[in-house]
Amino acid sequence: MLEIHKLNKSYGSHCALSELDLRVQEGEIFGLLGPNGAGKTTLIRIINQIIEQDSGEVRMDGVLLSGASIRKIGYLPEERGLYKKMSVWDQLIYFSRIKGLTALEAKQRVNYWLERFEIASWKGKKIEDLSKGMAQKIQFIATVIHQPRLLILDEPFSGFDPVNAALLKTEIINLKKEGTTILLSTHRMESVELLCDQVAMIHKSKKLLDGSILDIKSRFRPAQIRVTLELGNTALPNQWEVESTEKNRVSLLLPLQGQSPNQLLRELMSFGEILAFQEVFPSMEEIFIQQVNSSVDA
Amino acid sequence: MHKVFLVIQREYLARVKKKSFLIATILTPLIFPAILAVFVWIAVEEKENQSLRVIEVVDETGLFFMESSEQYAFSSSSKTLEEAKALVLEGKRYGALYLPKMELSSPQGIQFYGIENPSTALIGYLEAALKRKVEDLRLYANGIDPAVLKEIRTQVKIQSLTLGEAGEEVITDATVNYALGFLAGILIYLFIFIYGNQIMQGVIEEKSTRIVEILVSSLRPFQLMMGKIVGIGAVGLTQFLIWVFLVGTLSTIVVGVLGMQMPQQQAMEMANPELMAATSEAGDLGGILHVIESIDFVRLIVAFIFYFLGGYLLYGALFAAVGAAVDAPSDAQQFMFPITIPLLVGYMSLFVFVLQDPYSSVSFWLSIVPLTSPIAMMGRISYGVPFWELALSMGLLMLGFLGTTWMASKVYRIGILMHGTKPTYRTLLKWIRTNH
Repeated sequence: MLEIHKLNKSYGSHCALSELDLRVQEGEIFGLLGPNGAGKTTLIRIINQIIEQDSGEVRMDGVLLSGASIRKIGYLPEERGLYKKMSVWDQLIYFSRIKGLTALEAKQRVNYWLERFEIASWKGKKIEDLSKGMAQKIQFIATVIHQPRLLILDEPFSGFDPVNAALLKTEIINLKKEGTTILLSTHRMESVELLCDQVAMIHKSKKLLDGSILDIKSRFRPAQIRVTLELGNTALPNQWEVESTEKNRVSLLLPLQGQSPNQLLRELMSFGEILAFQEVFPSMEEIFIQQVNSSVDA
Repeated sequence: MHKVFLVIQREYLARVKKKSFLIATILTPLIFPAILAVFVWIAVEEKENQSLRVIEVVDETGLFFMESSEQYAFSSSSKTLEEAKALVLEGKRYGALYLPKMELSSPQGIQFYGIENPSTALIGYLEAALKRKVEDLRLYANGIDPAVLKEIRTQVKIQSLTLGEAGEEVITDATVNYALGFLAGILIYLFIFIYGNQIMQGVIEEKSTRIVEILVSSLRPFQLMMGKIVGIGAVGLTQFLIWVFLVGTLSTIVVGVLGMQMPQQQAMEMANPELMAATSEAGDLGGILHVIESIDFVRLIVAFIFYFLGGYLLYGALFAAVGAAVDAPSDAQQFMFPITIPLLVGYMSLFVFVLQDPYSSVSFWLSIVPLTSPIAMMGRISYGVPFWELALSMGLLMLGFLGTTWMASKVYRIGILMHGTKPTYRTLLKWIRTNH
């Protein structure tokens, strides 16, 4: 759905993006991961046509980005705000019209979303009279009001309170079910691990790696196994790392050292009753750090 | 284009719908007539309710006879100064006027005693009356009858006319031209400042709330900037037109109802009838009307609206650029300098040069250079400006507007996305030079 090819952008002598390639499939949630300053926001601004790339191309549905793409994209910037003195209704109508909806469409869509969030009674309220959480809902509606096919969320969970963050998560999943492609950018990698189908890691203007989360993680084994045992009479080998002990119940984190999980399982059985046995992948953050270090070494 | 219209519409309605707009628009023009009405009313009331004030005259020369007026009565009962002072202290007299023995050629030592500090009106009244008496006495002493002299006194009044190219004669009056130039110049100055600031505030609001990122993902920064400038300009124009209407109507009513009984004017006439006669003849309503009729109002109004909008657009773009460059209104001060200075120069020179001598070369240049021309040219225009000067000034103003807008749009499109760093003039210059 979205193809990015050899994208370059620099500000003066500072290089923000270099030779970046990305491919986002229709209907998936794509995570753009990387620390602050990696170039995520620059990439998002280029997709939104807020700034222009120095070279390279961005295609949507195989077509280079143009004015017509605006209607298809919804964008929630990292830091948010609305016109404080404007009413909820006027504000939402304005944003939908700016995105290219007709007056009639705009009215219908605004009504639909206010009903969907059960907040139709806020219509006449000014933003300054709303709580922060309420304003966040309006902000989200303003982002999706024109039924974008591609939704770009920059650090979506920062700044949202837990209740709204949960609501946002639900809405993201709903929108995905409705067929929306979602590009999610964040530096808090753990927050999106469960949400994203595909991710790309960016560091210092370059792509470090991409693929599905499972792919990446299995590529970055050695995986470890978390085991919970009810100890018998045999003592555990000293080199095994005990995470916690509760009465005679212990939790262990064991590396697979050339064994298959079944071999390990068999070995463990001799020590007592196995209550849990689970493969533990390194977190995306660990993978990221590992990857950054190895690229520095190289 | 239709998106620019949406921006204009939002900027316009967001401001016009505010209660503060309604209040400012309706109250501001009411303030002047209201203040006028209150003063007139107080003066009229005071005059009607005032008890007669009695002033004891202690005249050691025996030459003066003071005529009583509606407000002041003079008692001359040959008291000594001490007796008169005592009467004042007892409250039986409002004041005591002491006229010592004096040379009429140089009257000195006249004193007024009172419990209150006497009003300047009273002192002025007394001085004028005494001056007339002394002059009359001295005329008699020189064998001249004041009545004869009064008859000889002549008023000379010059009617000024300007000759048009075809030799047509137009009656002019510098006072009317001055007033028109003054009013138009000040209005343009205020308009640029007040609404320019609103542009800046608006840009800062959108930048600091990051609304601008959503907006510029939907329309080009230039469209956004122009939409804001035009929308706010339309608010100003609306407000101005409502003011013109309200001030016109109200002033007519107030002057119509109360104008006939202006006490200050009467007081002035009493104090100095000759001067009054001269000015009232020059300021004769018919004469002024005649002058006003001779002014080409269509030209004046067209020019006013042109400079009004041209000046606003020229400076509006600069205000927008400053708003885009900074993060908060408090940071804007450092960049306001190049905007404020030419505006202030235009404003000050309106009084110092333009209205004093509209045809001097300083006035000419001020009304040609785009940064000062909106104010300076409006100061000159009612005096009559050759067509080519007007055309040159207007043409340059349009070029100036295009220039500032071009510069501003470059600063704007980069500035609105920059946060956290305080730009300097050098960074601004770099932004202007950047292509994209």
